Amino acid sequence: MPQAVKDIPAVDFDKIRDDFPVLQQEMNGHPLVYLDNAASSQMPKKVADRIDHYHRYEHANVHRGIHTLSQKATDAYEEARWKVRDLINAENQHEIIYTTGTTDSLNLVVNSYGYKNLSEGDEIILTEMEHHANIVPWQMMAKETGAVIKVIPVTDSGDLDMEAYKALLNDRTKIVSVVHVSNALGTTNPVKEIAALAHEYDAVCVVDGAQAVPHKSIDVRDLDVDFYALSAHKMCGPTGFGILYGKKHLLDEMPPYRGGGDMIDKVSFEETTYNVVPFRFEAGTPPIAASIGFSAAIDYLSNIGMELIEEREYELVEYAVEKVSGIDGLRLIGKSDTRASVVSFVFDDIHASDIGTILDKRGIAVRTGHHCAQPILRRFEVPATTRASISFYNTKEDIDRLVDGIEYAKTFFE
Amino acid sequence: MTIEEKQDRIARQFELLGDWPERYKYIIKLGQKLEPLDEELKVEENLVRGCQSQVWLVTEQDDDKIIFKADSDAAITKGLVAMLVNFYSGENPETILQTDPEFIEEIGMQQHLSPTRSNGLASMVKQMKIYAMAYKSKMGQSVQ
Repeated sequence: MPQAVKDIPAVDFDKIRDDFPVLQQEMNGHPLVYLDNAASSQMPKKVADRIDHYHRYEHANVHRGIHTLSQKATDAYEEARWKVRDLINAENQHEIIYTTGTTDSLNLVVNSYGYKNLSEGDEIILTEMEHHANIVPWQMMAKETGAVIKVIPVTDSGDLDMEAYKALLNDRTKIVSVVHVSNALGTTNPVKEIAALAHEYDAVCVVDGAQAVPHKSIDVRDLDVDFYALSAHKMCGPTGFGILYGKKHLLDEMPPYRGGGDMIDKVSFEETTYNVVPFRFEAGTPPIAASIGFSAAIDYLSNIGMELIEEREYELVEYAVEKVSGIDGLRLIGKSDTRASVVSFVFDDIHASDIGTILDKRGIAVRTGHHCAQPILRRFEVPATTRASISFYNTKEDIDRLVDGIEYAKTFFE
Repeated sequence: MTIEEKQDRIARQFELLGDWPERYKYIIKLGQKLEPLDEELKVEENLVRGCQSQVWLVTEQDDDKIIFKADSDAAITKGLVAMLVNFYSGENPETILQTDPEFIEEIGMQQHLSPTRSNGLASMVKQMKIYAMAYKSKMGQSVQ
């Protein structure tokens, strides 16, 4: 097969939005400009059709089915394990655990690995820019076990203070759990370096990859992280489905986190023995359609190519940063050179919710608020930001509409 | 003016306004006219639980009437807060409990009052009614 030549794009990105029915509509009398991709990305028609087809013609419960329909559903359901394995370059498909999303994945690590391996005085290192999903579960566990949470501070540019991180590491460090791309700032953290440093102290490195996998190609073996969490709905897939990648030798030693069907080997009232990894962690009837939809989403993204997606988004993000920076009174929150997708900003005299309300009236969807990352907003001493988050199906015209919209919104509050 | 007359008057005022930008600008102006709450009252215990913009609400009793005072850190929310304060302030607890702010829908701002919208306005109306209920029982006790 001929290799794609770099300077001849295999994909016409300006036409790609035709793949997304949701983007074809008007909102409040204006063509929709969707810039809330960090909250959830949109679903291409192919993915929606695949889910629809499953519901109409392929549905049966998975695993243990004696009948053909169940076997077919099981095959389709299991496919996502191989697809995710290839997408993130895991060693084998048993390292891919199905969850309901990144939050669920992180809770699994905390409740299974965390409770088993941490005790009083052991230390967990988080960063100041974590999403609440990578703070609260650790905090709940720390309260019960007596483990201690330490926090890597963030510099004025929105980058991690790596010297401070090195100073936090010690022999009591058991976990280093960090976000790969910050949903509030857009910063891409150097997780390869973070993991390598953690491993010097035999600590385990957990990564919240929810905002990273949709925007760049990820190689968990190259990064050498121990756990990696992601969500389907942030990468053109359905809600309610996600992945926890874990190194096989760690997963094998981990106890189950939820009990029920599918996760067992033998059950009596005296004792239960558990199924192998990954099924040990997947109790109950799973979201079958969501898994199948996620496979279709991975196919969709892979057909475009994550490298091309990254290039395209880099161009759009650069354009957006340049354009919004020109708006009088606008202050960017997060100025890292490593930015992916997210452009977060404030006005000192206009509340983010006011900006967001007027933008919405002009058909422009952004997010305003604390983005479930209150500590980092406190760090920058702002109660809320307006966040535009960009995906490959956005266009420069979308960014122009955003800038016009912000300038227009400002006139309301002068 | 009865509370029904207040509803009618607000609806009529908005009929004179044009499209949404004019309506929003008017609402923002109402917020700017609202007497700001003393800084010492903008504390956690007076905060109406909302997700994004903050709304503070306090009350005073004036005979058998309730006086509401409120503030917000966002301009549009503050305008809508001002409308609710003007609407319910000076009414007795029973009237407050029995009257919903129907004018919000009539002026096309119902989206801001949706309980699923996290700007605290729906919570504010609920909080005003909780205050009314508390005053009602307090006033009832003082009569006996």
